[in-house]
Order: sequence, then structure tokens, then C-alpha cells
Amino acid sequence: MFEQFDALLLARIQFAFTVSFHFIFPAFSIGLASYLAVLEGLWLKTGKQLYLDLFKYWLKIFAIAFAMGVVSGIVMSYQFGTNWSVFSDIAGPVIGPLMAYEVLTAFFLEAGFLGVMLFGMNKVGRKLHFAATLMVAAGTFISAFWILSVNSWMQTPVGYEIGANGQYLPGESWLEIIFNPSFPYRLVHTVIAAYLTTAFVVGGVGAWHLLRDRTNAHARKMFSMAMWMAAIVAPIQIFAGDLHGLNTLEHQPQKVMAMEGHFDSHPDGAPLILFGIPNSAEKRVDYAIEIPKASSLILKHDLDAPLAGLDTIPDDEEPPVGIVFWSFRIMVGIGFAMLGLGLWSLLARARRRLYDWPMLHRAALVMAPSGFVAVLAGWITTEVGRQPYVIYNLLRTADAASPLDAPAVGASLLAFVVVYFFVFGAGVWYILHLMHKPPHAGEVGVKRGDKGPIRTAGITPGPSQNPGDPDTLPRNHEEATDGR
Amino acid sequence: MAVNFDLTVIWAFIIAFAVFAYVVMDGFDLGIGILFPTFEVGPERDRAMNSIAPVWDGNETWLVLGGGGLFAAFPLAYAVVLPATYPLIIAMLLGLVFRGVAFEYRWRDPDHRRLWDAAFTGGSLVAAMAQGMTLGALLQGIEVVDRAYAGSWFDWLTPYTLLTGLGTVAGYALLGATWLVWKLDGPSQHHARQLAKRAAWATLVLMGGVSLYNLGLRPEYAVRWLTAPEIYFVAPVPVLTGVVAIMLLRSLSVERHSKPFWLSLALFFFGMAGLGVTMWPFVVPPGLTIWDAAAPERSQVFMLVGVAITMPLIIAYTAWAYWVFRGKVADEGYH
Repeated sequence: MFEQFDALLLARIQFAFTVSFHFIFPAFSIGLASYLAVLEGLWLKTGKQLYLDLFKYWLKIFAIAFAMGVVSGIVMSYQFGTNWSVFSDIAGPVIGPLMAYEVLTAFFLEAGFLGVMLFGMNKVGRKLHFAATLMVAAGTFISAFWILSVNSWMQTPVGYEIGANGQYLPGESWLEIIFNPSFPYRLVHTVIAAYLTTAFVVGGVGAWHLLRDRTNAHARKMFSMAMWMAAIVAPIQIFAGDLHGLNTLEHQPQKVMAMEGHFDSHPDGAPLILFGIPNSAEKRVDYAIEIPKASSLILKHDLDAPLAGLDTIPDDEEPPVGIVFWSFRIMVGIGFAMLGLGLWSLLARARRRLYDWPMLHRAALVMAPSGFVAVLAGWITTEVGRQPYVIYNLLRTADAASPLDAPAVGASLLAFVVVYFFVFGAGVWYILHLMHKPPHAGEVGVKRGDKGPIRTAGITPGPSQNPGDPDTLPRNHEEATDGR
Repeated sequence: MAVNFDLTVIWAFIIAFAVFAYVVMDGFDLGIGILFPTFEVGPERDRAMNSIAPVWDGNETWLVLGGGGLFAAFPLAYAVVLPATYPLIIAMLLGLVFRGVAFEYRWRDPDHRRLWDAAFTGGSLVAAMAQGMTLGALLQGIEVVDRAYAGSWFDWLTPYTLLTGLGTVAGYALLGATWLVWKLDGPSQHHARQLAKRAAWATLVLMGGVSLYNLGLRPEYAVRWLTAPEIYFVAPVPVLTGVVAIMLLRSLSVERHSKPFWLSLALFFFGMAGLGVTMWPFVVPPGLTIWDAAAPERSQVFMLVGVAITMPLIIAYTAWAYWVFRGKVADEGYH
């Protein structure tokens, strides 16, 4: 049934589909792991039950998101070989070791301590449990470090040699490869994006419960924490994004040309096209609304600076302009909307209406998933923007695929689509279900086997010995609130 | 070149270690999944799953190290084997998706427990079968031309690969059952012991079948196992396998707790050693030796530094996590 399709196109769709689905979960769990560490740290420092409640509330959600991230991530670690075997063979000596480091320093760390984080509070005590939470949070960050180094090397490859068999081989310095020119910018921009994504989810959930009950102390705390993040981090992110853009202009100019919609060169100051419809066939942007010379001001910090356009790039080296142009605008638009919400929250704080301004809460609720959209849009911008290359200026995507026939790639793509929508759809539904329940005092953590007796003699310490422990909570309360 | 020679061998052993660690550690997780329908709905199933809930994720990470390590240390092998066994790899990945999420979803959604229990079992079974068949497809040989897979669509589907697939399913069931003998008590433990006995016999019969099949599979395999002087070096493997097999069956006929599990691990160890001996020095028989597929020395050295530093730590904190959750599983042991 897939004979009429092109195997390469199907392989690209498959990678885009599986990586986009996967990216959603780490984008959330990187931020959430850190948020959990902050909550547990505050609980240990202040002894306030409120923080422990919030920790347990979000821990249940984290468990599901993390599981989805793990299983969709394993798929990614094999996609390179199944669908992009030529790429794997040629680039393996350079990027393989970086990915091996990701497994060794990040995946094992996360997975090794996750069990203790989820189930071990009353087995190892508070301090060791906090250490486990910190290790999981550190693992999520280290994972981002390595995989973004790999991705950045594919965008701005340096420090390699070309072997006699056509492979890219590592040069003298691994540091040069790891800290390739676009890596620091991409790492900062992406990790901040993950934190913002989580902050807006937390803020949206807090807002939802404030809309229902504005006196809910737990909802107030999470909403307030999230809005601080929005107010402080959104401007930092816009600044970091600007630096990342300048770095891209230096190393991948045609990506920026596509983002800006600059089909033509502008020798004396390029306009900033706010909106318009890129017309690749005619090589122009239709219905453009533009600010004269503003693009030169942003990219070159000079109104009259010349900016080259796609007319300087051979046609077979141009990225698809439409996708990059639009995804970039979606990302930037959401970034400024996030900033706007952050500023609004500051105003609300100044007027002492943070918990008492339904319009603000509705706006936060609407923006709860905005981080995911922005992250994916940004990802599409950078990935599509480096086309037609998979390793920039070295290896074309068309030359990197496995020797597979279209029906094989198409059938596996179909299987991934069906399974992912079913499995991850269910997971998202369960997460939404947990978010729908209001956070409350005496929140329970990840629970298993609720039918049995709650305490097993000899395994858990007595209630008085460990006051923040789940076992000290009244049994009837747990049953009443967990809905089972 | 002399240095590279040694590093390549070291890396072959590191990958083999990662694969072994994966097979035995996720093996008992998958085995429990395979045996899950035989457990009673309620506390028995809950306990079986709780016995691995805190560790399955770490166990599965060894698969990422096996795959990622192969990509890094032997990129050409990775680039050949995955397209050659494409449907098996995809099936394994999708199986692991269902298996992995079932750990969480099952507790979140009691109304659909039946569905997620089926996902847990189905995913485990598909993953185990696909892994075993991938192993068989590798052993029977993969056609390579110009650094790429050159066979056809269904080379991986033969009576031999079905045999290795079934052998892996049986072996994982043995690991899962003996793990539960260790972690459960009372009637559930008795049930696990009965399962372990059957799984042990099935595993031994299928292991024997695969071993005999190997002798006829490729001429060089028969030479390796049946001619002097090589036979003197390789003979200890089947002899020790036989000794372990007898000890395992005896340990299951008496009331031992952890011993059957350790002996099952030993059985897997010798089984894998036997396969390693059969394949050596090829990473993709019949054409690619480990040296043909190896990454350059700089990549090997860089990663070796990482392995030398992180592996002791990984083993230490993994052992700690197991230690935290030691002992018999109680109904509420993990909350």
C-alpha cells in the first residue's frame, strides 16, 4: 500500500513523528524533575507539609510522563540504525561516543535513582530520598547536555577528519567536538525552554484549581511559583533566543534567511517581515507586513547593514522556506505571550490580586500547553532549517537513509502512529485526570496495590518516627482522596 | 595498530557485558510479563509487578547501552544489523512501549486493568521473541555488500530464528519465575516454583536444540566446536552448562529461595559464552569481524575513559537500588 511513496520521505516522516512525540516528554520531565527537587528541598528546609503535598501531587504526574519519555526514547536510540543506517555508519565514530556518554552519565543515573524517588521515601529516609530526587533531576539535565551536543555537532560540525572509507572520524580534540559552535546556545535555549514549558503547565494547573476555589493554598503556591518563573525566565529566554539566532546567522545563514523570509538580498538594510505568506515558487513573500530595516537592526545591530538573501544560495541548498518561516513565528509569538503573562502576574502581585483575578487565571490556563507548542515549533525551525543536510554542508539527508523499501518504512510508520496515539493518548489522559484533581493536604505519592493492608510490620518505621512520611497519614484519608 | 587490536577486543567484551546485563536483568522483567496471566488477579499479580517496579527502568537502560554502545564502538555493525532485522527491531520497540507504560497505567486506571495487563504480557512476549529472533538472525549470517545490508526482506524469518526466539522466551520465563521464587512467599512462591520447573525444562531443551542446530548452521561453527585443538578450549562451556543445569533442577526440587535465580543467571552466562565462542571473531557473521566494524581508536579511547569512570559508579548505585528494595515483596512494601 506504500509503493507509491518515496522511502526517503517516509523515513523522514517517521523520524519527525517519533522524535516530536518523544521530545514532548523530556521537555516536560526535565523541568518537572527540577521542580520536584525544589519542592522537596523546600519541604526539608521549612518542614511545611504544603511542599510535601505538592511534591507528591506532581510526583504521580512525573511518574507517567517519565515512563512515556523512557519508552519513546528507546525507540529513538534505534531509529538511527533502522532508518538512517548510512548516517550511522558514516557519523558513528563522532556522534556514537557522545550518545554512549549520554547513556553512561544520564540514563543510568535517572533510571537507577527513579525507583527510590518513586517508591523509596520510607525505606531510605528523607535525606537520601532527596539525594535520589537530585540525581534524577541532574540526570535529565545531563541527558539534554549530550543529546544537544550531538544535535549541535550535526548543525555545526567541527573537529572531524574524513577517513579513507568515507567515515567522519574524530580529530585531535573531543572538547572541540562536544563544545561545537552552536552547542552552548542551543543547550541554554533548549533547557530554559524545558523549564518554561513545565512552569506553564504548573501555572495552568494552579490556575485551573484557583478558578474553582481561590482559597486553595496548594493551588496558590504552585501558581505563584510558576508565575515567578514566567516573569523572570521568559525575558531571559528571549535574550538567549536572540543570541542563538545570531549564532545561527554566523554558522547557518540560509536557515536565518528562511526564518526571516528573505528571498532577496538587502544591501542597505533588510526589513523585518512580521507576517506574510512565503511563496517559494515565485521566490517572494506575499502580503508581507514588514518593518523597514528592522531585521538588520536585530541581526546586525545596524539599521543599514546589508543582509544576504536566499538569492545567494543555490536552489538545491535551500531549506523549505514556508515551514521554517511559520514555525519560527509560532515560537517567537508564544515566547512573547509568555513574557506578557509573566508581566501581567507582576502587575497582579503589585495589586495583590494574584489569586483573585479570574482573567489572569483563564489566560494561564489557556497558555498551559503553550510551552509544548513553542518547543516543537523551535525544534522544527532548527531541524528543517538545516535541510537539505542532515550533517550541515557535509551529508545530505537524501544520502543518509537505510537501504529499505517504501513498504517496510511505511508499515513501521503506520505502526508507530497507531501505537503512539493509543498509548501516549492514554498516558496524557491519565495525566490530565491527575491534574484535574485538586491538590490538597495529605496528598499521597505513587501508590501501588492499594487493596492490601497499608502497613506491613517490620518494613516501615512507626508513624511518630518519621513525621512527613506517607505512612503517618491517616489511612481513611488516603482512601477517601485517592478515589479507589 | 597493535593498540587498536586490544581496544577492539576490550570493546567487544564491553558490548557483550552490556548485552548480558540487559538479557538477565530485563530478562526477568520480561519473564514476569510473559508469565503474568498465570497469576491470580489481585494481590498475586500486584506483588509480581511490584517486585520489579522500582528496578525495571534501570534494567531496560542496559538495552540502550547495548544499542548505543554498538553504535559507538562498532558503527558499521549497528548500521548493518538494524536494517537487516528491521521488522524485529520495530516489533521489539513497540513491545517495550506497551510493556513499559503498563507499569504506570495499570495502577492509574483500575477500570482498564485487564487491558494494561494484556499490554504488559503481550509487550513482554513480543519483545522477548523479537530479541531472540534477532540473535538468531545474527548467528545465521547477514549478507553485506559495500558496507550495507544486501539481503532481502525476510532473511530473518527461518526455522532457526523461530527456535532462538522460543528459546529466549523460555529462558526469560525461567529468569522471571526464579526471581519470583526469591521475592515472593507462601502459595505465590509455590506457584512460581512450579512455573520455574517447567520453564527450566523448556529452556534446557531449546538451548540444546539451538546448540545442535548451530553445528549445522555454518561450517565454521562446526569446526570451532568439533575439531582439535579448538575443542579443548571450548569444551568447558557445554560441560559447565550441563553442571549448572543439573544444579538448577535440583535447587528447584527443594525449598530454596534465591539459589534458583542465581543458577539461572549462570545458565544464561554459559549460554551466551557459547554463542560468543561460536561467533568469534565476527560481529556480523559471515563477513564482518569486530575489527572490520570497529570505530577508530580515538573514539574507542574516549569512550573507554567514560566506561572506566562511570561503570563502577553505575554498578554501585544500581546495587544500592536493589538493596533498598531487598527482601520479600509485601502487599504494601513499596509505598
